Amino acid sequence: MVVEQLITSFIASAAFGIIFNTKKASLIKCGIVGMAGWFVYFTMTSNGIDPVPASLAGSFVVALISQFFARRYKAPIIIFNVAGIIPLVPGGLAYDAMRNFVESNYTIGLGLAAKAGLISGAIALGLVFSEVINQLIRKAKLPPKVYSKSRL
Amino acid sequence: MKTDMMEVCLLAGKIMLQSGAETYRVEDTMMRIASSFGAKESHSYVTPTGIMFSIECEQPTKTKLIRITDRTTDLHKITLVNSVSRQISNKELTLEEAYQSLKNIESSTPSYPIIIQVLAAAIASGCFLIMFKGTWDDFFPAFVAGGTGLITFIYAQRIVPIKFFSEFVASLIIAILSWIFVYTGWGYELDKIIIGSVMPLVPGLVLTNAVRDLMAGHLVSGLSKGAEALLTAFAIGSGVAVVLTFI
Repeated sequence: MVVEQLITSFIASAAFGIIFNTKKASLIKCGIVGMAGWFVYFTMTSNGIDPVPASLAGSFVVALISQFFARRYKAPIIIFNVAGIIPLVPGGLAYDAMRNFVESNYTIGLGLAAKAGLISGAIALGLVFSEVINQLIRKAKLPPKVYSKSRL
Repeated sequence: MKTDMMEVCLLAGKIMLQSGAETYRVEDTMMRIASSFGAKESHSYVTPTGIMFSIECEQPTKTKLIRITDRTTDLHKITLVNSVSRQISNKELTLEEAYQSLKNIESSTPSYPIIIQVLAAAIASGCFLIMFKGTWDDFFPAFVAGGTGLITFIYAQRIVPIKFFSEFVASLIIAILSWIFVYTGWGYELDKIIIGSVMPLVPGLVLTNAVRDLMAGHLVSGLSKGAEALLTAFAIGSGVAVVLTFI
């Protein structure tokens, strides 16, 4: 089952790379980013962890790997993280919420909508966390240069 | 006539914004280009719908405004402009060369034809169905519905250039097709087929950009992109909801 999930998430993320017109060489990297994020999300949710922290972890991993690729290949980060984030977007929950609204089950619908909102917030938070780490690494790299200059 | 530094900066900014780059990246790129061509100071204010840019150099301060009406997603163009800006920073390009290569980037066509994009959307829809714990029996319905959804979106956009209307029509078609598949016995789980096929329309790029812009302190751009993502989600949702009410 896990292998099936890995393959489909890789293909889906790479296909999104094509829809967003990423160049051919980046498609495999898009696939890897998406696969890693989905793997984290899938293993966490199938071990009984709530989707909200699982989405947080998933988007954190996506953003972290994207940052690594962006630095390594000197390309804008959005090329890699956009395709990776999409599998985590709570499309299914939003759909269920809407379906309940349409069927006049407003209480159930509101609960599901709130959950979809929380997951979106978790995805955003995951992106922010990795951004913070990125800034910290950049700051940590700066001092030695200042040091060497002041020694001169 | 000598190429103006202003034109180079604005062209770079315009291409990036139209291709779906984050606002802070557009501002950053324009200011980098200006400073590597020797501008003393430059200020930029970018929103998703327009660019204001002013340069201070020996001549009196120049300020220009350009309006951005249509935005698409073309990550390849963003990469290209990014590398041109890197080359400019390393003093590898003159003003004329930079302008020429930016012009070439602007007129370049997308690297994938529509048919390939539609195929990609179709395959992605099928894969998403499996990822959302659907069965392989439903792969084909999701494949067809997802592909048709993107074709509908692209052509509806050509006829009526209102993005939200196109998204509404596309998700309407997806929901109708999925229902037909289930009704005729080709598909089994209507919910999963619809969710999988709708995924190519999901505003993933706008959402990530909104978050990154908000974090970079571009509150106006971040909020307006967030509103765009919300409206898109609403358009997709109402397209599906219309069909669900009749079932």
